[in-house]
Amino acid sequence: MQAALKCETDRINRRSFLRVSSVAAGGLFVSLYLDLPVLAREATQGPPKVYPPDAFVHVRSDGKILITVNRLEFGQGVQTSLPMILADEMDANWSQIVSELAPAADVYKDPVFGIQMVGGSGSIAHSFTQYRELGAKTRAMLIAAAAERWKVSPDQCRTENSVVYGPGGKSARYAELAERAARQPVPEKVSLKNPSEFRLIGKKVPRLDSAAKCDGSQKFGLDLDLPGMKIAVVAHPPVFGGRVKSFDDKEARRLEGVKDIFEIPLVNGSGVAVVADRFWAAKQARDLLQIDWDLSGLELPDTSQLWTRYKELARTPGNVAVARGDDKAMSRIPVARRIVAEYDFPYLAHTPMEPLNATVRFEGNKAEAWVPSQFQTMDQMTIAQVLGLKPEQVTFHTEYAGGGFGRRAVIDSHVPREAATIAKRLRGTPIKLVWTREDDVRGGYYRPMHAHRVEIGIGGDGMPAAWRHVVVGQSLVAGTPFAVMMIKNGVDQTTVEGTSDTSYEIPNFHVSAHNPTVNVPVLWWRSVGHTHNAFVMETLIDELAARAKMDPIAYRRKLLKPEAKKLIAVLDLLDQQSAWRNSLPKGHAAGIACHECFGTGVACAVDVSIENSRPKIHRATIAVDCGLAVNPLTIESQFQGGIGFGLTQLMAGGAITFKDGRVVQRNFDGYTPPYIVDAPVTVDVHVVPSNEAPTGCGEPPVPVISPAVVNALAKLTGKRYRSLPLANV
Amino acid sequence: MATYQLNVNGQTKKVDADPSTPLLWVLREELKMTGTKYGCGISACGACTVHLNGVATRSCIVPVSLIGNQKITTIEGIGSDPIGRAVQSAWVEKDVVQCGYCQSGQIMSAVALLKATTKPTDTNIEESMGGNLCRCATYVRIREAIKRAAEQLA
Repeated sequence: MQAALKCETDRINRRSFLRVSSVAAGGLFVSLYLDLPVLAREATQGPPKVYPPDAFVHVRSDGKILITVNRLEFGQGVQTSLPMILADEMDANWSQIVSELAPAADVYKDPVFGIQMVGGSGSIAHSFTQYRELGAKTRAMLIAAAAERWKVSPDQCRTENSVVYGPGGKSARYAELAERAARQPVPEKVSLKNPSEFRLIGKKVPRLDSAAKCDGSQKFGLDLDLPGMKIAVVAHPPVFGGRVKSFDDKEARRLEGVKDIFEIPLVNGSGVAVVADRFWAAKQARDLLQIDWDLSGLELPDTSQLWTRYKELARTPGNVAVARGDDKAMSRIPVARRIVAEYDFPYLAHTPMEPLNATVRFEGNKAEAWVPSQFQTMDQMTIAQVLGLKPEQVTFHTEYAGGGFGRRAVIDSHVPREAATIAKRLRGTPIKLVWTREDDVRGGYYRPMHAHRVEIGIGGDGMPAAWRHVVVGQSLVAGTPFAVMMIKNGVDQTTVEGTSDTSYEIPNFHVSAHNPTVNVPVLWWRSVGHTHNAFVMETLIDELAARAKMDPIAYRRKLLKPEAKKLIAVLDLLDQQSAWRNSLPKGHAAGIACHECFGTGVACAVDVSIENSRPKIHRATIAVDCGLAVNPLTIESQFQGGIGFGLTQLMAGGAITFKDGRVVQRNFDGYTPPYIVDAPVTVDVHVVPSNEAPTGCGEPPVPVISPAVVNALAKLTGKRYRSLPLANV
Repeated sequence: MATYQLNVNGQTKKVDADPSTPLLWVLREELKMTGTKYGCGISACGACTVHLNGVATRSCIVPVSLIGNQKITTIEGIGSDPIGRAVQSAWVEKDVVQCGYCQSGQIMSAVALLKATTKPTDTNIEESMGGNLCRCATYVRIREAIKRAAEQLA
């Protein structure tokens, strides 16, 4: 997403503005038009953005130093890593640091994307220099305050552990200097430390939020409790876009605690909102509603029919994403040296542990919102639009989120939109909208299903000489403000990312894509298009290596372009760290995969056996090149967990399917992500030492694990696995 | 509505609730003890795990009317138990949490395991923790932390 968002920003030459345009959502809603290319261009190419330190650092008189994090914390650890970066340059005493999540405001927008968000593994990559400069400026202002107090020159002062030291044994704590420092001019330029001077960056610093998350005291969005607050749940149509024809709420209204029941417009179609004193009453009342739905004219998605359609499409060339070399090369390769492979990938739900929620209070000329949000800018605008306010009239609090994986970065902001719609009717009453797990599993916004068809012609040297690849899957951004940046030549770049930009040297390379329209809302799912593209690429490369009777690491090394420095480095490191591959017990096999995305190179080796017809992963060894490792402890956790998340697509119950327009699964009884028994028993993570600019660690762990596991299974069973979720082996 | 006297973390709490209300929602909404989490409502994820008379129980499917005088222990109270305290500190030491949402339930299940088994094997861990879902997949560190807590308690 990162690369795609950056691309083509120059081409666009429009003033940054908000355009309000009607959409067909019941005629009741208007959609905000956010000019993302302009925002991104202004962020990266406009006059340098000024980030006032006082919006980010507050040195309190009690000695605590409050650092504001311009991102959502939802597990990725920025609540610790960004303060580390700032505190290091500030020479702050780490034990004094308190971290807080920023509300929605211009100053907290992503310095590259130009909107306030978490996504595309950009938190550290985009804010590293920003937070270093903030720390250095704060330090300079503290020194200036001390120098002023002592009537000495600032260059006679030095700092350490939240203390300024001056000539003649003088010293002052940051807390004592804070008030005077705040009156100093903010320096325009500051020099930053050499990496050798870092005291926190590069160290394994434990998370700041651990204790609160282990004793139940950490509050998440769903835990919010406000005076007079009511709970809302919404009955959504059984088919996307369905409308309420009529409903009978007599039984539901009899329940104690039920306050109101009414129809509300949705982004697509309509639903029935139930408002009650408590969640249980609201949910029970919803269960008692008798709703007659109007489903006329709606496409009824059906998984088996969609597969037929997708597989037919995959046999025809789509819009061209890459056309390199000779288009006729394939025809010159003998049929015996060609492989044709067809893959299919289902819809996947994100199912973050904390169900989706948003709380809104509307007060007529202003509003307040509390949302665990990856997309603060969009969510705030949407709430404002629903309530007829300007965004700045909506005070928007970023709440801690129990996971997200992309599910809280929704372009149409449908969850905050529902909350605002309900709050508008009940002016003055805080409304906490709760999506139940069933709402979440059945509510759409899935990783799209995909079909791939690949034809490979193998050269006399065993390396791929010709490659024709067709990908079929819904666009994530068609019809949204993101389209202008992310759709090129009719191809949503997220559909083909990980294939079209492969680092393997394939002389005759043709990739095309179909982005069909289906009545299922889709969304980025941690690592976006790389989930399926890496699976296809890495299983096929493995197959080619086996066919060439070469070691899978050596084959990949040989096929990589010399400029793929990170992948080469991680394969070399993996080779060193996975000597266990040569002494596996009987019934075990090693599988390899590597992939680069969001600027980070990853290689993975797994030790797999088969237990109860399922892969048992005894061990995973990971090598990572993410540039400078800001917090190696966080990186280790992100990779250990990220590969666990990636295993979702191998789970027997890892699929959302449709029958007659309805989602078949409803909860974790039918849609089953990995539990502890499904995850690797041990995961060792090795980081390539680097002083290059840091790149992301949230998305990059996900793609490698599934291909590595099935590559190991292929050794055990002699079969290649091209259809997910993985059937019993 | 009915009135119930609940024994929560050693204290008696009086609540008015519909008899069908799951204990989870009584804890969260009546007693404002939000450390116990809602994740699925069908006992399939373990985020709502509490102890009833020391037994790990999914509070999302136990109606308040069935609690009676059983002793309820939640994440807010588990720190006063020596095993609970050891598990919580091992969790912090091993930097287990990511988003943290499921960890109350993970810790409650881990404490129940260590009360029954002082030196759990990987198989014991997989059996006892097998119903606690973590979408951040902190499972590797959960295993390490349970073993660390067992070591500390030995």
